[in-house]
Amino acid sequence: MASSGGSGDFALIGMAESDVGIVPDKSPRELCVQVTLDAVRDAGLTLREVDGLITCNAFAEPIMYHAEAVAEYLGWQPRHCVTVNTGGGTTFMALNMAAAAIAAGMADTIVVAMADSLRSFMTREQSMVVQSSSGHPHYEQPYGPTVPAYYALIARAHMHQYGTTEAHFAEAAVSCRAWASQNPKAQMQDPISVQDVMNSRAISDPLKVLDCSLVSDGGAAVVVTRRERAVDGPHRPIYILGYGEGHAYEHISQAEDLTTSAAVQSGKAAFAQAGLSHEDIDLLQLYDCFTPALLIQLEDLGFCDKGEGGEWLASGAGKPGGHKPLNTHGGMLSYCHPGNPGAMFGLTEAITQMRGIAGARQLPHIHNALCHAQGGIMSSHASLILGVER
Amino acid sequence: MLQHCEGCAHVLFYPRTHCNQCHSEQLTWQVAAGTGTIASFTVVRRGVSSDFEAPYVIALIDLAEGPRMMSQIVDVDTETLAVGLPVRVDFAQWSEDITLPVFRLQTPSD
Repeated sequence: MASSGGSGDFALIGMAESDVGIVPDKSPRELCVQVTLDAVRDAGLTLREVDGLITCNAFAEPIMYHAEAVAEYLGWQPRHCVTVNTGGGTTFMALNMAAAAIAAGMADTIVVAMADSLRSFMTREQSMVVQSSSGHPHYEQPYGPTVPAYYALIARAHMHQYGTTEAHFAEAAVSCRAWASQNPKAQMQDPISVQDVMNSRAISDPLKVLDCSLVSDGGAAVVVTRRERAVDGPHRPIYILGYGEGHAYEHISQAEDLTTSAAVQSGKAAFAQAGLSHEDIDLLQLYDCFTPALLIQLEDLGFCDKGEGGEWLASGAGKPGGHKPLNTHGGMLSYCHPGNPGAMFGLTEAITQMRGIAGARQLPHIHNALCHAQGGIMSSHASLILGVER
Repeated sequence: MLQHCEGCAHVLFYPRTHCNQCHSEQLTWQVAAGTGTIASFTVVRRGVSSDFEAPYVIALIDLAEGPRMMSQIVDVDTETLAVGLPVRVDFAQWSEDITLPVFRLQTPSD
């Protein structure tokens, strides 16, 4: 049995979200501070009873030593304090690092918190330039690629290799919006059709604006501790059953394979550690930065055959009423996407469903969930399997 | 010009101090053919900043020698673009001191 990150030895006992979408009145640091305190309170604890903090830096308000600055702001001196940066995969990488730190005796209870304000604290141009700066400064950026352009290259390759169509990608957006339309907190709630996506503004062929995730403000935090401590909390513990990573490259022009990602490796490792099968997963929270990313993750995580992601989405399997509910808060395509914290909202939604507190959006029998996050241009991946029982 | 590894015959792009296949430091520069094929492409409709006027074509080019690189395809009717088409390099003035390799669709007379 692995000593960190899985097998039910660790559990999530608290969570919090800030307001999301357009939140102009709080800076990223203020959002981060707020969700840290709220998550600790949700866990039934005071800050003095928590001895670790892991954060991720914010594009809109970069701080050189981010986690230390947040702890200082809170007047708190945690035993373990570190900032992690692996792009969009930071969320679950940080969670696994928290479990590993607890296993190593560095802390007993750790809060993982992150927030950013890409919408309200950056201009559109600043946000685009910062995000595309993940490209290689000499061999990619001089040509003027955008992040949608990087993903459009992946999408085109998938269309060429598997016959995937633009309508297939559009189904991913339709699916996530169908859930968001039931979520009063979602940044975008009006239902959309495949035709609406196809008619939306062209960004980088074949991707249109509705193929692209939102640009948002928001933050979220979770509290993780050992299972022995988790049972004393006010909520049912949500156990970390499996975790895996996959790292194939950093820059898309160096990828050996444009259409199959290292989500294959991260998913396999997470399933192996959890000892579960795909049929055991009741809920999917995947990383929908762009519609082709979501489609490819479905394939690479093994929920359909390679090349069949479009058909899976078109079947409605992930939509309300489908057999494998997907991104039930609305995803980054419709709920919010504040950059590196994006997957935190998939995590808080999974916890919400598994605790049974999703209200009108509640699904029955959500016992196990798979959450996936990725960083870079489908470069690095982290898969997380959670369960209500060990 | 592309780097060739004396240790394992791998051809590299981007240039490195060590071969990314066998980690040898025995790398030599050799003249490249300047041809390749389109591995993927996109027409950027919304430029990254005011410095780049859309539309422009970003592509991944598989060079004849093996490695892949990102570039732009210039002077092209975007309706004619397709994965697999042959391209040939040209050099565009990016600034006073710097030229960048860009690509054009190869015509039958090339």
